[in-house]
Amino acid sequence: MPRPTTMMRSAAWACALLVAAILAPTPALAKTEIQFWHAMTGQLNDATNELVKQFNESQSEYEVKPLRKGTYPETLTAAIAAYRQRQAPHIVQVFEAGTQTMLLSGAVNPVYLLMKEQEVAVDWKDFIAPVAGYYSKDGNLYSMPFNSSTPILYYNRDAFQKAGLDPSKPPQTWKQVEDYSKKIIASGAAKCGFSTGWPSWTMVENMHAWHDQPFATKRNGFDGLDAQLLINKEFGVMHLSRLTEWQKGNIYSYGGRQGTADPKFINGECAMYIQSSALIGGFTRGVKFQWGTGQLPFWGPPYTKATSIIGGATLWVMKGKPANENRGTAKFLKFISEPNQQMWWHVTTGYLAISNTAVKNLEAGYHFKKFPDQYTAFAELTKGKATANSQGIRLGNFVQIRDVVEGEMENIFAGKKTPKQGLDDAVGKSNDILKEFAAANKQ
Amino acid sequence: MQRTVFRNRYLPYLLVFPQMVVTVLFFFWPALKSLQLSLYRVSPFGDSMTFVGLANFAKLLGDGEYYRSVANSFVFAGGVTILAVGGSLLMAALATQKIRGLSVYRTLILWPYGVAPAVAGIIFLFIFHPTYGILPYVLSFITAYEFNWLLKGWIAMTLVIVSTAWTHLGYNIAFYVAGLLAIPGAVLEAADVDGAGPLRRFASIIFPLVSPITFYLVTLNMVFAFFESFGVIDAVTKGGPGDATMIMVYKLYKDGFIGLNLGSSGAQSVILMALVIGLTMLQFKYAEKKVTYR
Repeated sequence: MPRPTTMMRSAAWACALLVAAILAPTPALAKTEIQFWHAMTGQLNDATNELVKQFNESQSEYEVKPLRKGTYPETLTAAIAAYRQRQAPHIVQVFEAGTQTMLLSGAVNPVYLLMKEQEVAVDWKDFIAPVAGYYSKDGNLYSMPFNSSTPILYYNRDAFQKAGLDPSKPPQTWKQVEDYSKKIIASGAAKCGFSTGWPSWTMVENMHAWHDQPFATKRNGFDGLDAQLLINKEFGVMHLSRLTEWQKGNIYSYGGRQGTADPKFINGECAMYIQSSALIGGFTRGVKFQWGTGQLPFWGPPYTKATSIIGGATLWVMKGKPANENRGTAKFLKFISEPNQQMWWHVTTGYLAISNTAVKNLEAGYHFKKFPDQYTAFAELTKGKATANSQGIRLGNFVQIRDVVEGEMENIFAGKKTPKQGLDDAVGKSNDILKEFAAANKQ
Repeated sequence: MQRTVFRNRYLPYLLVFPQMVVTVLFFFWPALKSLQLSLYRVSPFGDSMTFVGLANFAKLLGDGEYYRSVANSFVFAGGVTILAVGGSLLMAALATQKIRGLSVYRTLILWPYGVAPAVAGIIFLFIFHPTYGILPYVLSFITAYEFNWLLKGWIAMTLVIVSTAWTHLGYNIAFYVAGLLAIPGAVLEAADVDGAGPLRRFASIIFPLVSPITFYLVTLNMVFAFFESFGVIDAVTKGGPGDATMIMVYKLYKDGFIGLNLGSSGAQSVILMALVIGLTMLQFKYAEKKVTYR
């Protein structure tokens, strides 16, 4: 036990520090500060800081202060805690799965209203449809798209070459993925055929959209809170069954949630990898072999192809801030949505440019000719047929639902449950979560 | 035991005051808050709170998944306690031998306690991760068996138990070393003279004499495993694969902070609190009788 004197001393120190903290003078501020909380790490964090710096240097009235608060869920939790203490930041980055939660939170100032209030003109029609649609309600954009991506197929050209496959032709169908994988493994070009990142997002959410299958009732939840999941139908069960079978012989190798499977592709263990298009930037710097990209594999008839759906995050504006601060927020959001910043953001990070003008300018500058891999995601999102199933998913507590789906995928891949059984359980649990969310958000 | 007498009536209260403030602020207040939350359905941003009585509890008690997390917690806490307490007694016994460089060993042995659970988790991740860990890579040359705990639940559970136990080792060893050194040499010498071998000496003299420490450590390690093991689980498995390593404290974090279902999370923390209080009371009631205090 510490002696009393030590304890007294530390208590005295604590008191002294407290007094010092209270008495410390606050520096006079010339600029209006805008707090911006986000979850970008590493090179994406650098890019975010650079973007903010560009804004701060472009004018003299406002200063945006970016602050990284941890992972996406941690950032959201921090913002909620701050909101309850009336200390919310002006802008908070929330991932796509938190959209419904934010929409119904009553704590946000919708972006379209903010811009109207502050009389900042934004050409809403210029936003690319698959991105705007995900974050709009009744045709109005509620949060400013920031980092958007979509899953694409990466493939190891060197391994393709070694296996006697054409290194300029990525597989287009799942049948080809299977055949190519077998050839690649047999030739010793790689130990495994393909792996996946963000399992629910790439293999369940996007596979349903890509094949024009509903993920949930009520137009994937866009039409009401009483939606129910539909992933345990014929398509979902078929797709998960094939993935499970493919684990034999290492055609498919499960590598965990989020990006934990990235090393499987980077170190050459798996010759193909389905992951977010936002990895192009990192792969360009970090991958030692020749690689290319292709659109998501397709199962073919009887299914029809729609578009893939986006992932990533948007910037939400918290309500209850004074008008002059809101004006700064509006100006910053307007700044980042402009074509020049969008082009810079896309080229630097690999995230999608969100305005048609920016995409057109990129095309005019032969950017996509020089970097065709950067175009794959745009093609997936805009060249297919946009349907109700491919516009996105809007479910309450979607974060938790994703977690449930991924937990059951692991049970299926581990052989603990059959695909049908696992997906039935995922649907059952998710529907409970949805019911709970609807009850908590009943006005 | 020496009895301390304070001359000033108020000094003792002043001395315990800081500790009481910390306890009330960081233990009692949150506990009361959870109790309150557990009776409500709360919207994520806390704007609307509806009183729902015991509905949150009823829902949990009718949920098979919740029972699995309770079972996982017992397996986890049991594993951690046995490994951390047993392992530390063994290592403490070794660290009280007369060997060269003893103080260096003792210092090194204490080190793991200085490592934060989350950091320990990351260290273990780099060693054991199936895709980028060094150990599975080395093992792949020796055996065809895949130590893929991204899919095999029992390996994941073993891994988090071992890594959590490792972080507790140093703390436990410190107690055991002190306890072992306090055993009078004369007692052991007498046993030696009577012809008792090392095992017999351990079973008849050493083990009973350190039993108060064992009791204290078992209780503490168990409580620790139930409550504070969050860091390792979050860094290593996040409760997966499936829900194989979903222990109670991680589930309540996930439901509360990721799922934003604060009512259910509050109810879960109340149940967890009751469970650990109950277990500790049981231990004091039954196990303490077997403890010999000097």
